[in-house]
Amino acid sequence: MRTIALVAGAVFKESVRDRVPYSMVAFAVLLIAASYLISQLTAGQDLKIIKDLGLAAISWFGLAIAIFIGIGLVSKEVERRSVYALLSKPITRGQFILGKYAGLVFTLVVNLSAMTVAFAAVLAYVDAVTAAGVKAGWPAPALDPRLLVAVVLTIAELMIVTAIALFFSTFSSPLLAALLTFGLWVAGHFNQDFRNFEVVLDVAPAVWLGRALYFLLPNLASFNLRAEVVHGIDVPARAVLLSLAYAAVYISILLVASVAVFRRRDFK
Amino acid sequence: MAAAIETHELSKDFLTGFWRPRPYRALDRLTLSVEQGEVFGFLGPNGAGKSTTLKLLMQLLYPTSGSASILGRPVGDPAVKHRIGFLPENPYFYDHLTAEELLTYFARLFGLRGPEVTTRVARVLDDVGLGAERRLRLRQYSKGMAQRVGLAQALLNEPEVVFLDEPMSGLDPLGRRHVRQLMLRLRDRGCTVFFSSHILSDAEALCSRVGIVAQGRLVASGRLSEILAFELRGWEVVVANLGDTLRERLQSRARSLTPLAHDRYMIELPPDAPPEQFLQELGAGGAQIVSLNPLRETLEDYFVQSVSGAASRETGL
Repeated sequence: MRTIALVAGAVFKESVRDRVPYSMVAFAVLLIAASYLISQLTAGQDLKIIKDLGLAAISWFGLAIAIFIGIGLVSKEVERRSVYALLSKPITRGQFILGKYAGLVFTLVVNLSAMTVAFAAVLAYVDAVTAAGVKAGWPAPALDPRLLVAVVLTIAELMIVTAIALFFSTFSSPLLAALLTFGLWVAGHFNQDFRNFEVVLDVAPAVWLGRALYFLLPNLASFNLRAEVVHGIDVPARAVLLSLAYAAVYISILLVASVAVFRRRDFK
Repeated sequence: MAAAIETHELSKDFLTGFWRPRPYRALDRLTLSVEQGEVFGFLGPNGAGKSTTLKLLMQLLYPTSGSASILGRPVGDPAVKHRIGFLPENPYFYDHLTAEELLTYFARLFGLRGPEVTTRVARVLDDVGLGAERRLRLRQYSKGMAQRVGLAQALLNEPEVVFLDEPMSGLDPLGRRHVRQLMLRLRDRGCTVFFSSHILSDAEALCSRVGIVAQGRLVASGRLSEILAFELRGWEVVVANLGDTLRERLQSRARSLTPLAHDRYMIELPPDAPPEQFLQELGAGGAQIVSLNPLRETLEDYFVQSVSGAASRETGL
């Protein structure tokens, strides 16, 4: 456990000194701040737009960070051969993979927390400058605690994306790993369509293939509660817990697969 | 006492080709034993299989067949990793960490804690000659500086066996001298040093034994004193002011006569020609003797013979 924590610590230190994630967080914060200005252009929808844009910015830039750092974690180490010196130390390949993952998740949580703080600051400002009469017409308060639930689910979704990026980066190049991860993220958001494939094409093999893909691909749509939260619709706790449990199982399977692939790998 | 390093029929095939992959043998049945406390030079031209062997010993590659052990235990055994150090070829480390941070990280992986980490890190950085640069981020390092950090991380755990893949690579003459001294200090401490190189002068100066690989095969191994025949192969005389008459007279008796810069000539004589008589003759003819050296077989000669022998066996020529 100590070894995994040491690797995670090094990943975090290395990541927070990289300028690229910083610039992504800066962009996200700018976008969140700009959402206030954009909301001024629409009548009566200000808060919804700020919430929608803010949550979307957290999700998109979080995704960019997860893919950008995630794919580099293993494939760049192998490509640049920094893994040679590390693996000659008392560390197993499994500890290396798990440490890398833990470090990246920690980095991601820190970055997303920074974006969430900026988001909360914009919402607090809107709340402070809005008249009580206008606020009465809002479907949910500006600083709605349900927003945090949406952010937590976004983090869970990005943890799955990170595990996917890590898995691909154990055996492919950084560019290919990025493309495959992004492809799976897109497919993961349309996963429900595979489940009901018979509606589109009622042919037995196609339906079975659709079902197989439904179970194989990550079901990322269930982590997107932005619409519900923005409109002030209650989110059942059971659905949130189920999504989190699903994330835990999916991530565990991906990490086991990543370790299995990485253990057998030759470093030419 | 178990050998420091042992390999038995160790082989590695790589698959090459995209559509119809075929095995390419990078290392062919390497059987080798290195005793504890030895400085062993693993020599060979580029692509001979030196780095493949080191990677197999570090379990960065898995063998196709055969076995290897370090300090009597199979390679990859976690207990062995505490007792060895490894410098990869052209080492590269994390861009955004400093040398101090990198070594602190690695020292903790070895289980060191508290002030011991700081002391050990400072000492190895001093040993490899890294000064204030140790607080710079590694991406700002030159190739030579990165090589020094690589050496420092290989020595961090005070290893019993050190594996160095091309340790002189990227170093300037001062750096090379420094590393040579470091390796001799390691030997004096009882540490086994296994290093790969194609710089033969380093091997000649440092090694008690060498192994020569070519095209994946061990073509020769043994003590330098056994490998190299130290009998006289001839004499080499460098002279100035060699007149035309004298030159023509000597031409038939010399094995070769090569013009050098500044109107000098290098004359190679057969071993049976007494040099005293020759020197007298040169002096009488008005030539000025610059130097006289006996010619003996060098490691380079042996290396070239071994490697070209392996190549001709391979091609059947």
